[in-house]
Amino acid sequence: MRDYLKKKIISENFDFEEILLIPILATLLALIIGCLFLLATGETFENILVAFTNLFIGSFGSLNAISETCTAATPLIFAALGIALAFRAGLFNIGAEGQIIIGGMAAVIIGFSIDFLPIWLHLPLALLFGAIFGALYAAIAGWLKATTGAHEVISTIMLNLIALRLLDYFLRLPVIQKEGRNDPISKSVLETAQLPQILSFIEPQLRLHSGFILMLVAVVLVYWLLFHTTIGFEFRSTGSNPNAAQYAGIKASLTIILVMGIAGALAGLAGSNQIMGVLGRATPGFSASIGFDAIAVALLGRSHPIGVLFAGLLFGALIAGGRLMQVKAGVSIDLITIIQALIIVFIAAPLLVRNAVPWAFKTKDKS
Amino acid sequence: MPFHGHSKQKIKVKMNNFKQNKYGNEKQALLTGYLLVVFGIFISFFFGFGIDGDAVFKLSRPRDTFVLPNLVVPASEYNILVSFVLIFLGARIILRRMTSYSSLYLGAGLFLLVTCFLVWATAGKSFSLTGMMQATVIRATPIALAALAGILSERVAIINIGIEGMLLVGAFSGAVFGSLFGGIIGLIFAIIVGGLFGLLHALLVIKYRVDQIISGVAINILALGLTSFLTSSFLKTNPELNDAPIFRPIKIPFLSDIPVLGPTLFQQNFFVYGAIILVLTTTYYIFKTGVGLRLRAVGEHPKAADTLGVNVLSVRYINVSLAGMVAGFGGAWFTLGSVGRFDEAMTGGRGFIGLAAMIFGRWHPVGALMAALIFGFADSLQQKLAILRTPIPSEFLAMAPYIATIVFVAGLIGTARAPHAIGKPYIKE
Amino acid sequence: MVNIELKNISKSFGSVQANQDINIKVNSGEILGLLGENGAGKSTLMNILCGLYRPDEGKIIINQKETHFDNPGDAIKSGVGMVHQHFMLVPIFTVTENVILGNEKTGNLNYLKIKDSEKKVSEISEKYSLLVNPKEITERLSVGAQQRVEIIKVLFRSAELIIFDEPTAVLTPQEVKELFKIMNALKKSGKAIIFITHKLHEVREVCDKISILRAGMIVGEVDPKKVSNKELANLMVGRPVNLSLERKKNKTGKTILEVDNLSVLNENREIALNQISFNVKEGEIVGIAGVQGNGQTELVESITGLRNFVAGNVSYFEKKMEYITPREIHKLGIRHIPEDRQKSGVIANFTVSENKILNDYYQKPFSSNYIMSWGDVERVSETVVKNFDIRTPSITTLTQNLSGGNQQKLVVGRELSNKVDFLIASQPTRGIDVGSIEYIHKQLIETRNNGKGILLISTELDEILTLSDRILVLFEGKIIKEFSSNASTEEIGLAMAGQS
Repeated sequence: MRDYLKKKIISENFDFEEILLIPILATLLALIIGCLFLLATGETFENILVAFTNLFIGSFGSLNAISETCTAATPLIFAALGIALAFRAGLFNIGAEGQIIIGGMAAVIIGFSIDFLPIWLHLPLALLFGAIFGALYAAIAGWLKATTGAHEVISTIMLNLIALRLLDYFLRLPVIQKEGRNDPISKSVLETAQLPQILSFIEPQLRLHSGFILMLVAVVLVYWLLFHTTIGFEFRSTGSNPNAAQYAGIKASLTIILVMGIAGALAGLAGSNQIMGVLGRATPGFSASIGFDAIAVALLGRSHPIGVLFAGLLFGALIAGGRLMQVKAGVSIDLITIIQALIIVFIAAPLLVRNAVPWAFKTKDKS
Repeated sequence: MPFHGHSKQKIKVKMNNFKQNKYGNEKQALLTGYLLVVFGIFISFFFGFGIDGDAVFKLSRPRDTFVLPNLVVPASEYNILVSFVLIFLGARIILRRMTSYSSLYLGAGLFLLVTCFLVWATAGKSFSLTGMMQATVIRATPIALAALAGILSERVAIINIGIEGMLLVGAFSGAVFGSLFGGIIGLIFAIIVGGLFGLLHALLVIKYRVDQIISGVAINILALGLTSFLTSSFLKTNPELNDAPIFRPIKIPFLSDIPVLGPTLFQQNFFVYGAIILVLTTTYYIFKTGVGLRLRAVGEHPKAADTLGVNVLSVRYINVSLAGMVAGFGGAWFTLGSVGRFDEAMTGGRGFIGLAAMIFGRWHPVGALMAALIFGFADSLQQKLAILRTPIPSEFLAMAPYIATIVFVAGLIGTARAPHAIGKPYIKE
Repeated sequence: MVNIELKNISKSFGSVQANQDINIKVNSGEILGLLGENGAGKSTLMNILCGLYRPDEGKIIINQKETHFDNPGDAIKSGVGMVHQHFMLVPIFTVTENVILGNEKTGNLNYLKIKDSEKKVSEISEKYSLLVNPKEITERLSVGAQQRVEIIKVLFRSAELIIFDEPTAVLTPQEVKELFKIMNALKKSGKAIIFITHKLHEVREVCDKISILRAGMIVGEVDPKKVSNKELANLMVGRPVNLSLERKKNKTGKTILEVDNLSVLNENREIALNQISFNVKEGEIVGIAGVQGNGQTELVESITGLRNFVAGNVSYFEKKMEYITPREIHKLGIRHIPEDRQKSGVIANFTVSENKILNDYYQKPFSSNYIMSWGDVERVSETVVKNFDIRTPSITTLTQNLSGGNQQKLVVGRELSNKVDFLIASQPTRGIDVGSIEYIHKQLIETRNNGKGILLISTELDEILTLSDRILVLFEGKIIKEFSSNASTEEIGLAMAGQS
């Protein structure tokens, strides 16, 4: 019966053009403009071809490439799930970057400081701390919004900048800084707190770690939370019409704090994954603007967990392929940042996509 | 509202406690009182005891026309005195429920706290106060310009968190065109490119109805990507493209000879004077002119403006583009007004601090300038702390503006009221 | 002298034909009444006339000359001015700033000559006895004074045709009289006036001729002296209207709601309700009449747990309710039709079935242990859609695609399909078609006949009179008088103006 209803919802309100066509076209348009931009900066046509071929080879061309794509996608999707959840509840969480930093710091501290626990205790403990600290840090913005009405965009921007400074401070604290180093770098995470690699039995250099599986679980859980629980119903009600939600007896303040907390926990997990699965330690730029890229992923995925999964894989592919592109074609990986920005623009401006390729659309714009 | 009925007296008394201004004032006054006491105790504990010697503040530099003697403050004595004054004042406010001037008291309290900190940090050493103030003004300049850009945009109800990106492209264009054609041309290009990014934001938000925050995020990422790409593709291999002349300080005759004030305000470069002039002209523009009346109306109630024949969309296009130009000018400060070369992501969040200054200044140019000066002070103090070798980590000082902003938007101290229509697109049909 | 003519005006939005082939004409020294129910196309027509919309077809002819308005500025230049229903005033501006906006007098460097303008505003204010202080901040003015500012705005631009769009909706009967005096004075000074309303007696009182608009078309032009209210109503609605409803005598039972000396503050922390007391018994409808903004919203919010009260008691079946939440209210069997369905009644981008469970989603059978059971949601929604005649393609259609009347029926259906002990119906029929109004009225009467209590809050006096067993008039936060169901409109009208 439940599946029957779900099917009905999908069949009736599933707007193919809005949900699928525009994101795909937005990505294509961004890639094309990226090409034109390269042409404008004086790249030869052949080299651009080389660049884009390698962008593809580096992301999907081999097992290693796929492994890299998935590795890069994992933290992006974690953070983007949180942002999407917040979007659904009517909140704009720009603070994923800060939450990643704080969560990652918590994970790294647990990761190097506890040396007596077995892996099956140490690993979850480090992840848990990453999630909790990310959640607490995000909940500050939620709590401020709920109690004083402070706009979450401003408070999360400020919390991002504060987190950056905190990271600088922590990385120079003697208890955290790696012994014998003058530059800001943390001690390394112990082996018992590292996310095990899952493809190394095929080839040892495949970096894909078990965080990827955790991420898939998170996608399913967030989907279930959003569409199959009363909490998700409350989130969506508050996000769509806060007055109606209040009238329906939903406590807005509680919802805001809870949703920010969950978003922060997911961002914290993104940070922990980066630390425990890829880097092994914290450095000043370890968050690598994942928190901002994740905003693009959430938008591209239409704030839907499944959409976020695919959008995240695409962005992971761009990052992984971008590295090979830089090596083989000498095109700076910063091109990927430009393409990401363009994707955001096109996704957020469906009218622009419709104007660019009018023949692709059957229906007229509703907005 | 008039009252009817027999027992209005009783209700009135009961209601009095709930009157908004009174209620708000009392809460804020109490908070101020407690804060002052906390400041006082804090000063005695941390800055009052266990320090020896005098704090020597240099007010003049050897080559100045008029040389003032150094300001010598007995450190321990000064701090303990201030601490008592603060505790006394705070207690008075709490006990007597003094509701008037509470923000003034709080401001004075904060100021005294900062002086005590400086005295403590300088005890037994010497410190150039004039140099500090000069650095404050210099560092406040890009923040004030970013805030002005924010004001121009938000006064017509368009949120602009893309100012950080506009600063960045301004800095980049200034460096490249400055290297090619000289400083003035570089500056002009910085303004033009900044304006183009402002126009892009306006286009996305007005014509294509992109969410204003998303558009801002996209512009920041785009600006970062573009400047980083061009830097690593071209500037790294052609260093001569990244070697722009720097605008030197211009001494204003006579005024620059005034002790302390002279070096602070009248021996600065073009950007500082430009920022001050822009603050004044923007104030005049927004509050004293006919077009200013229209732009404020567009920010508060666009439909009302539309029904009276004001072209809402063009007012928005113009002012958001102007905002981009101001931000481009502010961006050029980082290269043409400072180091002469562009580095990736060199604006370091100044655009966001500018937005904070805008909120602190309650969307008023003069207020924003004041806030920018406070943030500039925090910024330069952070640099000087390293010189004085205090045990306080400079990161915490760097955080101060951000924490202050959060406290302010949360309404714990004072209130901020954004233009009413902010964030909403104007759709006619 | 001016005469203005609209010829064959048509305008559509998407598939909705808002105006079709409309012809109206008004001359200097004349008041034309434009009568029509909600959604008949009055506002669209006037927005065309004041330059906000452009017509798809048709001509605007001013003094025998065809004119085109590309924007409101053009209309203003041609002497057309509009007093909007929702005031077009910038709250933080002074009166003068609001008046001169768009027509500023400036000197060198675009310097705003505010002093000169203040003088001119004073002159207009005196000439037409529209009392208002030019230097006052607009948001501090009363509603009546804000309307005067709107009129001054129009006169400042020397408009020859003045359109009043539903100007009496926010006024007390006394203020309405005052307004009619002003309109007559304007008429005498040679202005042409169009008066838009859906209130029959108002058009008859002040207009020289009446055009009636229905479903986007002019369906009649009549002389107010030669037509009865009933004829006007029939023209407006398009079929004979049964203004009274079958309402058999009912025996009242136990007291359900007892409100005792309730005092409540509004957002600005001013007193919105001042020590009011009343009760509602089983089997009766108690109507709260009054002009909008006299404390109705606060009354509803405070007894539904959306607002705290500062003094007094509210008891429900003799149990005190204080600091009670909307959720607890709902659990007690109190149902609430909120005053604004767009604002809080439905969630536009939720499906019909999701809106059906909006306030009982947390209960069985819709969910258990935090997990939704969508199958049961669907089953129940189907029945509600059928039982309450909600016209929707399916229960998974997004609610925003339903008409206003069907959205309102969805709200009513949601509230009445549960066990009801007490119903609070606030503006249950605002802005919907006559068919839906009749349907909802029937539902309310049926609920009452089943021995339930209803508190009905409405600013439509007709609705109150049709449905209520007892009528309380709310004025400036006080219950000023109680009437029985057979009180006359005049008596209640006087009370609504504060005369007890």
